[in-house]
Amino acid sequence: MNTRWNRKDLLGLRELSADEINLVLETADAFKQVGTREIKKVPALRGKTLVNFFIEPSTRTRTSFELAAFRLSADVINITVAASSLSKGETLKDTAKILEANHVDIIVLRHSSAGAPQFLAERLRSSVINAGDGAHEHPTQGLLDTYTIREKKKRFEGLHVAIIGDILFSRVARSNIFALTKLGARVTLVGPSTLVPRVFEKLGVTVSYDIDKVLPTADVVNLLRIQHERQRKEYFPGVGEYIRLFGLTKERAKLLKPDCLIMHPGPINRGIEIDSEVADGNQSVILDQVTNGLAVRMAVLYLCGGIAT
Amino acid sequence: MDAGAIQRALRRIAHEIIERNPDLNQIILAGIPSRGNEIARRIAETISTIEKAHIAVGTIDVAMHRDDVGTRTELPVVRASDLPLPLETKTVVIVDDVLFTGRTVRAAMDAITSFGRPARIQLAVLIDRGHRELPIRADYVGKNLPTAPDEKVRLRLGEEGSEEGVWLVNE
Repeated sequence: MNTRWNRKDLLGLRELSADEINLVLETADAFKQVGTREIKKVPALRGKTLVNFFIEPSTRTRTSFELAAFRLSADVINITVAASSLSKGETLKDTAKILEANHVDIIVLRHSSAGAPQFLAERLRSSVINAGDGAHEHPTQGLLDTYTIREKKKRFEGLHVAIIGDILFSRVARSNIFALTKLGARVTLVGPSTLVPRVFEKLGVTVSYDIDKVLPTADVVNLLRIQHERQRKEYFPGVGEYIRLFGLTKERAKLLKPDCLIMHPGPINRGIEIDSEVADGNQSVILDQVTNGLAVRMAVLYLCGGIAT
Repeated sequence: MDAGAIQRALRRIAHEIIERNPDLNQIILAGIPSRGNEIARRIAETISTIEKAHIAVGTIDVAMHRDDVGTRTELPVVRASDLPLPLETKTVVIVDDVLFTGRTVRAAMDAITSFGRPARIQLAVLIDRGHRELPIRADYVGKNLPTAPDEKVRLRLGEEGSEEGVWLVNE
């Protein structure tokens, strides 16, 4: 692997090459091993300061970034919108400039507006890591899903990945689509036509409205959460109908190949997009995703934050 | 230094390790990627042949323990470390190709201690070229090679598919 990393920011997976994605995954291999050491901390980012700047609520992503930063010996502060001056009317740019004036090296940004991380990245010397921007991208989630698939399946070429649920509003789906298609996997999107418009086929994926036809050939199913907070009622057929048509119920899971991986980025709506028995069953790699998320975020922080700017 | 000279140097290091460490079961040879791994493998093989003992070999990656991360425009590639655990009663012999400033060895010691507290750490290098920037010295040296700071030591080992040897080059 002779790929060089020369990005200070990670804004999305669309702009990364397959080689760059593979470099992150290989770097994550090394950091995953750190978690098994007696002292789970390395000095790679000693003296660097990271700000978790979360304008939208998040527990798992923020905790994962925080833990990743701790393991790399960076100092971390967390800012949530309620505690920031944004609630007093300060602009995002001004808040970010204040952070930079305090010599913050890395800003991890979660924002409800697509493009907010790019807006900051273009204006700041600090590294900016996108931790989810609107319905645009969630690159570290896409990377950790990809990492988990690579770890379990050892390949992407010829692999069939079904992404099921609310694609339209899902930044997780977009980041997964960009990464998986670049690495050679075949991606099928499944969900109600209102949430999975045909226009997605332009990204090099297949769109299907019949889950029972897709499940038997899938090597991986990635179930997305129904994002009640982003939805207007008219997009959505109603919970009962959704479960009947697209929910991964215990019955429906019997259609899957025995070695098909079941993934979910969380938080899970148990009994809606996935039955509890399935989410906790032996095909589920949902907790591996969490463990791998830490390693992938360490890799991303190391690569973006470790480079001289 | 040609292939024969490398082989003789490594054989002598193997003998010195045996002499200094009566209980070979307590030895771990920890190579620094990537040439340190190959050198560690060869030394372990030699010790096994001489003493009919199995020698534990590991790999210790130093990239994430370096002190120059954030000051380089080219990041070192990080790889996973792999040491047989626990280390508590063991003697870990760090194995590298060329000893220069000593900073890599410092990082390696830092990395090793994150896995546990070995009884002792020793250092074996094929070439010691001088110009230390830290108070570090090797316990086993294949060859002392006086150099100027701006000279480069080029080293080739067999697995790269070309003639083995050590050369001093001016660039």
